[in-house]
Amino acid sequence: MNADFYNEMYDADGNLRAHYEGFADWLAATSPERLASKRAEADTAFHRLGITFAVYGEKSGTERLIPFDIIPRIIPATEWTALQAGLWQRVKALNAFLHDIYHDQEILAAGHIPAEQVLNNAQFRREMIGVDLPAGIYAHIAGVDIVRAGAGESYVLEDNLRVPSGVSYMLEDRKMMMRLFPELFSRHMIAPVQHYPDMLLENLRTVAPRGVSDPTVVVLTPGAYNSAYFEHSFLAQQMGVELVEGRDLFVKEQAVFMRTTQGPQRVDVIYRRIDDDFLDPLAFNKESMLGVPGLLGAYQAGNVNLANAIGAGVADDKSIYPYVPEMIRFYLGEEPTLHNVPTWMLRKPDDLKYVLAHLPELVVKEVHGAGGYGMLVGPASTKAEIEDFRARILAAPEKYIAQPTLALSNCPTFVESGVAPRHLDLRPFVLSGKSVGMVPGGLTRVALREGSLVVNSSQGGGTKDTWVLEN
Amino acid sequence: MLSRTADHLYWLARCTERAENMARLLDASYQMSMVPQPLAVQNETWRAILALNSQEEAFAQAYDAVNAENVLRFTVVDAANPSSIYSCLRAARENAHAVRGTLTAEVWETVNATWIELRQQDVDQILARGVSEFFDWVKLRSALTRGVTFGTMLRDDAVHFVRLGGLLERGDNTARILDMQYHILRSGDEGASDFYRWGALLRSLSAFQVYRKVYRDAITPARVAELLILRKDLPRSLHSCADGIARMLPLIANSASAETQRKAGLLHAKLHFARIDDVLAGGLHEFLTDFMDCIYEIGAGINHDFLLPA
Repeated sequence: MNADFYNEMYDADGNLRAHYEGFADWLAATSPERLASKRAEADTAFHRLGITFAVYGEKSGTERLIPFDIIPRIIPATEWTALQAGLWQRVKALNAFLHDIYHDQEILAAGHIPAEQVLNNAQFRREMIGVDLPAGIYAHIAGVDIVRAGAGESYVLEDNLRVPSGVSYMLEDRKMMMRLFPELFSRHMIAPVQHYPDMLLENLRTVAPRGVSDPTVVVLTPGAYNSAYFEHSFLAQQMGVELVEGRDLFVKEQAVFMRTTQGPQRVDVIYRRIDDDFLDPLAFNKESMLGVPGLLGAYQAGNVNLANAIGAGVADDKSIYPYVPEMIRFYLGEEPTLHNVPTWMLRKPDDLKYVLAHLPELVVKEVHGAGGYGMLVGPASTKAEIEDFRARILAAPEKYIAQPTLALSNCPTFVESGVAPRHLDLRPFVLSGKSVGMVPGGLTRVALREGSLVVNSSQGGGTKDTWVLEN
Repeated sequence: MLSRTADHLYWLARCTERAENMARLLDASYQMSMVPQPLAVQNETWRAILALNSQEEAFAQAYDAVNAENVLRFTVVDAANPSSIYSCLRAARENAHAVRGTLTAEVWETVNATWIELRQQDVDQILARGVSEFFDWVKLRSALTRGVTFGTMLRDDAVHFVRLGGLLERGDNTARILDMQYHILRSGDEGASDFYRWGALLRSLSAFQVYRKVYRDAITPARVAELLILRKDLPRSLHSCADGIARMLPLIANSASAETQRKAGLLHAKLHFARIDDVLAGGLHEFLTDFMDCIYEIGAGINHDFLLPA
């Protein structure tokens, strides 16, 4: 038991936490043979179902399984209630911020955020200035990464407001746990999460363009070779809507249609899983084969809605992140209930100086990076890696931020040597439309390598089922 | 339904069916190669298989001689040959992957498992163990995919496009196999091996027992042709395929598809009202070529009307 880290299952004295008692009893009473055979069963089933993701940078078409761990991450009801309130608050403020910066820019006028940080941000889309969106919502689906540090306090690590993924694993992990260990579910009051697709569909329907009473919703995917294709296909199927690619859609007289075997059919809401840059070759990246020519025009005209909105990325940018508590105070008049991780912005000379002097202790991230690519975890890096990164920082300091290395909480996990603690985070999904909602749970990602703090699936991370207990 | 979805479903069925038919054809030829006959005649059969899909050139670029092992490698496991069983099952899986949300979980799992199992097999092992076992496996997986599809999927447009793809591919294949065997048999010397050859042809189309049941008589080329072309109730006959195509098209009809439906109706009528004597008198090869042209045209029509609309 390493006392530097918060353990989800045991307290600092090694005593079982109350919400894990039922599970621990069950684990002790279950033979290692049964557990081993169930773990093998889970692997086979995930393979057969093709619940895989593609890994970039490896041989094209490489599909890998995300390792699934059978020890759940359990969250007591009171903790969840507090977390949920904090998430709603945060996402409301982020949506208010996005509406503001594309309209009156009051927060910039009030001097809470340096205007050039927003207006010169690569994710700020001038095309969106003055565009009114249904319900004023920009981030319809937010995947907020939460970590727990040394004393058990929660921090928001990132607000993912572009095309956050992982919700299908939350659902598949639950399905798998119920299939493998049904007895656990009769012994615990575990809040269900399987209605997520229904909530998502309902949420998307509430933000249809004005005047559409029975909107047609589609999921837009880059295609079968995208790393998250399984999820795109899964969500479309669960919602009972069409999974489309750019080539299936076309724009005529500023309205979007899909090509069907019965002729063109009007589309009202697009849950798009393609980045802004690739959405419309006429407006953004000219080379994009994934998008739909003319989509931006139809969107600006209010004839179709996109989830998430074009330009939502400016609010989850790592250079804007430090200002989120300020947004909550400014738009909601409330004190933030979730902590932000202290962040050094290397564009500031003082911050840069400090960070360069403390690289071995810090985590340095690219402002626009994602997926655990292009980051430095100081304590886990060699001297050479640190020096290499130092050169990259010096070449363009404004591209980086740094944060203290958080002592991510850990949780017992099956690894080759048996059960051992591994670090984890949590990504709950917040849905915003006419109202804000979420299912009780999220995706728990776990870093399977001993000591590793990087939970991304592309970097060897796994997942766990996440239980929110009901009182 | 999305045109692209329909396209993937249609090709999922065509590729699966093509893999099965290739297995059937090769199995028949492999069985035949065990009947005593001069090596030259044997190799003629393998050559004919390459000619069937106009692949003599592609084959010659990668292999030096036409013989059983080389042709089997080329048609079974060669990933560079788009018509090999390997390539067909890969394409079937890719098409299924692209529309996995439209398929029931059972269908997707079946197609995906076929591909995973195929990749686990070792080429040399397949050849060493005897290819028949492998062909049985291909036929079984195809039957399983078909059964799971019709046993679990809603009878909506998705199933209609799957059905249509399978029927077009099957009709085309039966016509090709019949044309090839007829050609070999007519050009060779008459003899005892003919019985085995016709027997192998019938078996490859699961029609040997049917023949016995229907005719209770010796195997003659005219009756084989009648059975495989005109018999309405034999699942792999041309008549049966044309029948199915003509029944499917009205179920998915749209404002652009009248001409394709007319062609399918015409093809159906040609088979429905034909007599075998007239077919043979006019030349079987000519009749089969005309049939394959019609299938091609209907396929092009389906593409144009439903799958790739402008």
